[in-house]
Amino acid sequence: MTRSTLILVGALAALASAAVAADRRAIISAYGDPAGFSAARGKAFFEARHTGGKPETPSCTTCHTANPRAEGRTRAGKPIAPMAVSANPERFTDPAKVEKWFRRNCNSVLGRECTAKEKGDVLTYLSSL
Amino acid sequence: MHIFKTTVGLAGGALAAIAMSVQMVAADEIGRVRAVSDRTTFEECSACHMAYPPALLPAASWERIMATLSDHFGEDASLDPKTTKHIRDYLVANAGRVPRGVDPASPPLRIDEMPWFRHEHGSRTFARAKSDPNIGSIANCAACHRGVDRGYFDD
Repeated sequence: MTRSTLILVGALAALASAAVAADRRAIISAYGDPAGFSAARGKAFFEARHTGGKPETPSCTTCHTANPRAEGRTRAGKPIAPMAVSANPERFTDPAKVEKWFRRNCNSVLGRECTAKEKGDVLTYLSSL
Repeated sequence: MHIFKTTVGLAGGALAAIAMSVQMVAADEIGRVRAVSDRTTFEECSACHMAYPPALLPAASWERIMATLSDHFGEDASLDPKTTKHIRDYLVANAGRVPRGVDPASPPLRIDEMPWFRHEHGSRTFARAKSDPNIGSIANCAACHRGVDRGYFDD
């Protein structure tokens, strides 16, 4: 590759990555003012043992493990790609996918929907790693 | 690799059982169970587990599974109504027959509760699947059956 081609490829990659980051910010903002969200609170929520949900899944970490940079595993034995944006840049770029899995997993783990604040905190935590 | 060999060892003497199971789950003439051919079904089901071939359960099982997705073996796996109906219709249209020894009015919802499955996977295989971190669950067919994505279970 010539130098100018390399520069062009690099610039395109940077643009694509910036677009993805903008998508992620928009998804987080849809849950509230990002300044009001807390990565520390998100981490505590992610790692907590909750009650009220299904006994098989008391915590996010049941399947995702307490290390979001690592792969998790479904109860049926299938790998789950890392949740941390740093380990998996595709995370939290499709709003419908984010909502689908919050809807399912909050019901499994807590027996209720998550609040907008809980969602914003968790996304802030997983984007901060 | 050792998992694969052990499984072959456990199943090694059970060729007759395999032949029986092939007949029972409506496999084709070369012992292949048709893999899921519908894209939506494949994508949604395989998000958490292997997309199990529809012929492995009778229609009544699939109907009940698709009607109870919000408590799917201990997890909420619910989908929007349109996607749910699409997948249900595909699974029911391609379902297997009711195997011998199974009550047609209330067939099991778990493939691993089918008599042919129990016949091929003894209690040691069940225990091993649970305790071996490389397998994790008896539902993880691909840990031992390597051709499973194409419908080959005979290994």
